[in-house]
Amino acid sequence: MSGAKVEEKLFQNRYRVDTGHPHIQIKNPDICATKCEAQQCAICCPAGCYTQEGSGRVVLISDGCLECGTCRIICDEHRNVAWEYPRGGYGVLFKFG
Amino acid sequence: MSETFDAIVVGAGPSGNSAAYTLAKAGLKVLQLERGEYPGSKNVQGAILYSDALERIIPDFRDDAPLERHLIEQRMWVLDDESFVGAHYRSDEFNKPPYNRYTIIRAQFDKWFSQKVQEAGALLICETTVTSLIMDGKRVIGVRTDREGGSVYADIVILADGVNSLLGTRSGFHPEIEPKNVALAVKEIHFLPQEVVEQRFNVSGEAGVVIEMAGKITKGMMGTGFLYTNRESLTIGVGCMLSDFKQQKVKPYQLLEQMKEHPSIKPLIEGGEMKEYTAHLIPEGGYKAVPRLCGDGWMIVGDSAMFVNAVHREGSNLAMTSGRLAAETLIELSGKGLPFSERNLGRYRLKLEDSFVLKDLKKYKNLSGTFHSNPQFFNDYPALINKAMHELVKVDGVDKKTKEKLIRQQFTQRRSLFGLMGDAFKLWRAFE
Repeated sequence: MSGAKVEEKLFQNRYRVDTGHPHIQIKNPDICATKCEAQQCAICCPAGCYTQEGSGRVVLISDGCLECGTCRIICDEHRNVAWEYPRGGYGVLFKFG
Repeated sequence: MSETFDAIVVGAGPSGNSAAYTLAKAGLKVLQLERGEYPGSKNVQGAILYSDALERIIPDFRDDAPLERHLIEQRMWVLDDESFVGAHYRSDEFNKPPYNRYTIIRAQFDKWFSQKVQEAGALLICETTVTSLIMDGKRVIGVRTDREGGSVYADIVILADGVNSLLGTRSGFHPEIEPKNVALAVKEIHFLPQEVVEQRFNVSGEAGVVIEMAGKITKGMMGTGFLYTNRESLTIGVGCMLSDFKQQKVKPYQLLEQMKEHPSIKPLIEGGEMKEYTAHLIPEGGYKAVPRLCGDGWMIVGDSAMFVNAVHREGSNLAMTSGRLAAETLIELSGKGLPFSERNLGRYRLKLEDSFVLKDLKKYKNLSGTFHSNPQFFNDYPALINKAMHELVKVDGVDKKTKEKLIRQQFTQRRSLFGLMGDAFKLWRAFE
């Protein structure tokens, strides 16, 4: 029940990825590495988009994003997540919802 | 798109569709903007439809709405690691039309609702994200979109843009939502043959069952699990306060996986084919977190206004009702030739105060604080209740009086007599 498991779940979903235009970005990676001990994005993101690197850095790959907004709200101490909705028509496309 | 409209509705979920439908039906010129490929493609819910709220908007919705099962049975479970204590309510009254509640699949339902909105005369444009509001001083006069030359103007902009209301926050209409005021729910849909669903849940025809769960499955976090029967699928999910996920360091999908492994839940979903995994934030801040609801040229409805009754797991009915009441306010003002100013739009708030929307939120205004600061309600009590039941049911030669004494001791050991009295008082205060 680790990263692999959530990938299996996401595999069932339909996405239209806006290649080259991620709708979420970490504003300043140094803040995650040096100022944020909790790195709660890596725990709370239900799509496992955030991973903790050994170096203390956090890496974000937003392709599997479910657009829930958790990372946007959970990063309330540092406000280090730049979160936009994907461009119209892009992102996750729920078949059932 | 340099046309002007009477109203622009941002979002095609339950609140946006209710507002757009009501306005268009009354002859107003309505533009609705939706960022998804089709209405519903970005929307996530359990999902239960409450007939009453929709009936007041589309009385004959049952004729062609895509409904899954009408609910005849409600099961409420309090779970320990290997057991649950439950209360079930099943009534044949709920098995007679007109049915009161239905399970629905939102992607299908929202598409249907949107079709009705368009038939009523509103213009819907999908695949269009609204990026900001166009202001004239303090007054909202239109929206900018991510389409080229995509500015549109209207006398009123209704924000039905959901729990992540970037527009409302960035325009300074309400503060950023806090982790303690929002729950994160994750959910899967599992497909099974229709007859298997019916046999497993003891229903036939189009009748269905809801299971709401609380206790050890949320690991002390404030939250609940749920399992709903659709026609030939089950939705299973769990949601907890985001601030609790943050504190407990629990991964949401692991929580769902562990819940699915519970010995009382596993056999119910066995053999199902999982076809989608979704996540959604639920604004559960309650009455105290409801933001300003209107201003010059703008109104907020649905999730973006925090209209969720977390205790009764209701949201879509509050969304639909707020959308309808916002539209009715505008229709009244329009009929009298009055401008959509903050002062005139204040009637919207009064209508909400007069309806179940704000009455219910007001009733439970202290509740969320009670459970936040007292994890015993989600950890200790479920365990104690289950152990008590276990003692009472197990026949092992111990006399009943001794068993009762043992149960009493377990309660006072775990929570102390003062703790128990304090908890009872807190619960009474929260629900009074």
